[in-house]
Amino acid sequence: MKIGEKAKWDELLTGGVIEDPGNSVNYKTGSWGIEKPIWNKDACINCMFCWVYCPDSAIKVDKDGNMAGIDCDFCKGCGLCVKECPKPNALAMVLKADIEKKGMDVVFKETFGGK
Amino acid sequence: MGKKVALMGNTATAHAIRQINPDVIAAYPITPSSDIPMAVASFIADGLMDTELVTVESEHSAMSACVGASAAGGRVMTITAAQGLALMSEIVYIASSLRLPIVTIIAARALSSPLNIHGDHSDVMEVRDAGWIQLFCEDSQEIYDSTIQAIKISENKNVLTPVMVIMDGFNTSHSVEIWEMEEDKRVKEFIGEYTPKYPLLDVSRKITYGAWAPPAEYSEHKVSQLHGLLQSPSMVKKVGEDFGKAFGRNYGIFEAYKLDDADYAIVIMGSAAGTAKDVVDALRENGVKAGLLKMRMFRPFPADEVKEALGNVKVVATLDRVISAGAYGSPLFNEIRSALYDVPQRPIVIDYIYGLGGRDTQPKHFKAVYENLKKIAKTGKVGKILDFINIRGKWEE
Repeated sequence: MKIGEKAKWDELLTGGVIEDPGNSVNYKTGSWGIEKPIWNKDACINCMFCWVYCPDSAIKVDKDGNMAGIDCDFCKGCGLCVKECPKPNALAMVLKADIEKKGMDVVFKETFGGK
Repeated sequence: MGKKVALMGNTATAHAIRQINPDVIAAYPITPSSDIPMAVASFIADGLMDTELVTVESEHSAMSACVGASAAGGRVMTITAAQGLALMSEIVYIASSLRLPIVTIIAARALSSPLNIHGDHSDVMEVRDAGWIQLFCEDSQEIYDSTIQAIKISENKNVLTPVMVIMDGFNTSHSVEIWEMEEDKRVKEFIGEYTPKYPLLDVSRKITYGAWAPPAEYSEHKVSQLHGLLQSPSMVKKVGEDFGKAFGRNYGIFEAYKLDDADYAIVIMGSAAGTAKDVVDALRENGVKAGLLKMRMFRPFPADEVKEALGNVKVVATLDRVISAGAYGSPLFNEIRSALYDVPQRPIVIDYIYGLGGRDTQPKHFKAVYENLKKIAKTGKVGKILDFINIRGKWEE
């Protein structure tokens, strides 16, 4: 049974067992938060604290094991990555509404300064 | 042929468990059922069983470990009573929702407070709506036989629902009675091998237990669970009949005792049914048309069969060994009276509460109940809908 397919009660497996484990990847939770983290690559030291603490495995990692951005399909906007980040200017929470209104570039500059 | 032995109800249950030899038992001993895990530990130490006995730190953990072991694919049992069952109740709901055929033995006991270690049905009634099958037993023979049957009932592919096998704390658990123990080999043959439907340990077929169900999914899961539970009455009957064929003792969903032509009937569960049946016999000798319905399967409640059994009785007294605080009558009363509402010439039904915290209930008390039923039938005046048996002080509410 795929997420989003609405089963009748007599189509469910006994005990609500799921035969395709790991199907939570189909369940996008990225829309839940009103805030989301933004990442300043230049300030990031790749300590990967954000990756350790993220409860939704929403920190992307490149092939060398370095921070590669945030998976906004699954980030719920809890802000733990920002709280745990040891660099003051590498990660920050911003309002999604602000990004929509002003555009990412403006919000990025307002948050991290510089370019 | 089985052999006749004189042993306590707890020991009878322990022998049934020894013969079943489940894969896992996770238990935390509690009065009045402690003898059972103690005996199981001895059987294992003596090499008579190879069950993995998990000695947990609480009943909450006991049922949690049972859920894990059953989901893994094992045949799993536990034993508890009273505060222990109350503490495990969160997981009791999870076991039935996950459709795990865990058989739990309960020596039913009063709940605190005041602290009391003696028999009544407060503990098992607290979890009556948890989605388990509940089988109430009258004596040592029944608890032995029902423990064996419960394995077959719960593991049936269409049922896959956990079972509580219930005896009265002390009245049955600690009474030495003569009962018949069957041969190990024949018990093993009767229950057969267990083939779990979705074992977590089968790595060739990966599955998930206990996933989240949001509002858009939850209702369907609960309906599916209920459907499973409601497949059990036919299995309780079938396994009871098969048991009769194999061992000579037949079981049904209830026992109708001299009920065919009865004008007055008591409905009761557990050990006190034996005393009440003696009273029925004495009344019958004096020409009083007394009868008795001993409920064995309380959950799921067999309403249609109850209508059939009690439909022609004039006055019925339900005897509850629990207070359902603030409810309009106690659990048995509510079920029986509700079932009989559809009967055109429905009997009058009144409720008595007896035996709380091990309070003795004697033949004279049941005799007084039947006398009241006769009086009601004669005068048509009901009086009190609810009364207490053998308490000091008058109940006037």
